[in-house]
Amino acid sequence: MASPGATLKRFGLPVGLILLAFLFPLINGVTGANLMFPVIVVAVYVMLALGLNIVVGFAGLLDLGFVAFYALGAYVVGWFASSHFSDVSFRFLSALPAQSVTGRELPGIHVSFWLLLLVAGVFSGLWGVIIGAPTLRLRGDYLAVVTLGFGEIIPRFFINGDNIFGYNLTNGTVGIKGIDSPGIAFVPSRAWQQFGTLDLSPWYYTILVLVLITVFVNIRLRDSRLGRAWVAVREDETAAAAMGVNLVTTKLWAYALGAVFGGLAGAFYGAFIKSIFPSSFSFNVSVLVLCMVILGGMGNIYGVILGAIVLQGINFYLLPQLNEWVHAIGEALSNPFLAAVDLPKYNFFLFGVLLVVMMLLRPEGIIPNRQRQEELREGDEDDSATGLTNA
Amino acid sequence: MALLEVENMHSFYGHIHALRGISLTVEEGEVVTLIGSNGAGKTTTLRSIHGILPPREGRVVFRGEEIQGIPAHHMIKRGIAQSPEGRKIFHRMTVTENLEMGAYHRNDRKEIQEDMVRVYDLFPRLKERVKQEAGTMSGGEQQMLAIGRSLMSRPKLLLLDEPSMGLAPVLVERIFQVIEEVNKQGTTILLVEQNANVALEIATRGYVLETGVIVNAAPAEKLRQDPKVREAYLGEI
Repeated sequence: MASPGATLKRFGLPVGLILLAFLFPLINGVTGANLMFPVIVVAVYVMLALGLNIVVGFAGLLDLGFVAFYALGAYVVGWFASSHFSDVSFRFLSALPAQSVTGRELPGIHVSFWLLLLVAGVFSGLWGVIIGAPTLRLRGDYLAVVTLGFGEIIPRFFINGDNIFGYNLTNGTVGIKGIDSPGIAFVPSRAWQQFGTLDLSPWYYTILVLVLITVFVNIRLRDSRLGRAWVAVREDETAAAAMGVNLVTTKLWAYALGAVFGGLAGAFYGAFIKSIFPSSFSFNVSVLVLCMVILGGMGNIYGVILGAIVLQGINFYLLPQLNEWVHAIGEALSNPFLAAVDLPKYNFFLFGVLLVVMMLLRPEGIIPNRQRQEELREGDEDDSATGLTNA
Repeated sequence: MALLEVENMHSFYGHIHALRGISLTVEEGEVVTLIGSNGAGKTTTLRSIHGILPPREGRVVFRGEEIQGIPAHHMIKRGIAQSPEGRKIFHRMTVTENLEMGAYHRNDRKEIQEDMVRVYDLFPRLKERVKQEAGTMSGGEQQMLAIGRSLMSRPKLLLLDEPSMGLAPVLVERIFQVIEEVNKQGTTILLVEQNANVALEIATRGYVLETGVIVNAAPAEKLRQDPKVREAYLGEI
């Protein structure tokens, strides 16, 4: 049916971008740009933003505690792929050598990262349901407050979990260190058999595939019956129920699916960064991810991806770069304030300003979702309409 | 056996006793109307039957099965559709998407398409606006869409709440013609209406509600002659 031109238009850009993404390590290597590390972290945030987009963008449930799932995913990897539980020794398909350098058996639980990815996804998803269930009757502000509470409880639990009736579950503020690297045994390359810190491309391809899976699932969800039900619930719960939409399961699916991607991103991040602390999972992360969703365009998959890239781009690239320039200017002018100012410290200030400006100029985000755009623009029309009828 | 039988139904909003023992029946093929003034409990009766406000006491029997206490989202599968007060169409969806939502619980794509054609035949105005955002249409068109959407589930019983609300008299007439047509095509209708005049014109039977109690029940023709009804609800002095 579709003309070749239309097909090209529809698939050309995504296919081009995916190709570019797969070639990125080569480009990075040739140009010596050295962007591997930041790009991987950005990709983790893209995944988080896409996960939160399911909850906030699709189902319209404001969630201020999304970091909880990110933390849970990371701790799953921390618990089951490190020497944390040193009184046991258990290996399962792990990429690590069976013995430590000293020849003794490795303490702790060491399970294959790939298996743990699944476990982390399922575990976080379950917690999504547990956290979602009591919030089902709440709307708007109340929902936001409860999710905020859960987002605070989980990191608290990890901080104080070093002494649960005498048992050290989370190792407190020190966190879990020395998390195992993943590996794919059958690939005849050392870098792939055990992901290292010198060559980051195996990490990169792993997160790229995870992001692509997330995007694919997001697209399928948006166009599914469930996706349509989310739109209906967002608009009018009573009418949706009259159409046969089960409000409880529809909302729980949003929480669960969003949490799954949060957990997957956390699991990857835990393995990649190798050490996890409760302080890496603060409220700031929830806010940052929410900003990405809002800035990019709630409910629009490509908008959300762009939002994540823009905000983390500012964080990782623009601010340090600006900082250097300002320092140089400061030194040239022998202005001690400019020479020593720490711009990256003000990143959240900048995000705040950015959000306010966005809300004023383009509340629907950079790339808006069609229905969302009308929801946000409709208020103005309503006002003028009532004004007319009153007059 | 009646299609719908409501027996001694009591419903509450918090502590407020809104329905005080409603009993009514709707036979297959009928148009039954509930008339009454503001706050009499007409909408509450529909909400209670539909499970949005589960009754605290009493029985609701639909096709021989008790359905009181069953959540609203199961009603459509059992054959009860509702076109709620204030229309409650999905404003940001297109006309087609709204109609598709009406068939949300169904999987038979081909028959859904046929039903959509049927709705467009009933409401040619909607057909001109398939791709339009529902919220941008006029009140009359939105009401047509709300009725059309509820028909997409092929209901045995259609609960219609105030279809004339906020519409110009010409449009009210047009809407009620279609309601009559829908009934002729085999859908039983329970109609709640402030505009008793038009409601009693198309109804087979009517119930008069006053502060949560049914005070009169008779064939529509007889209610129209009733001096009390004429005075209170038909605007005659």
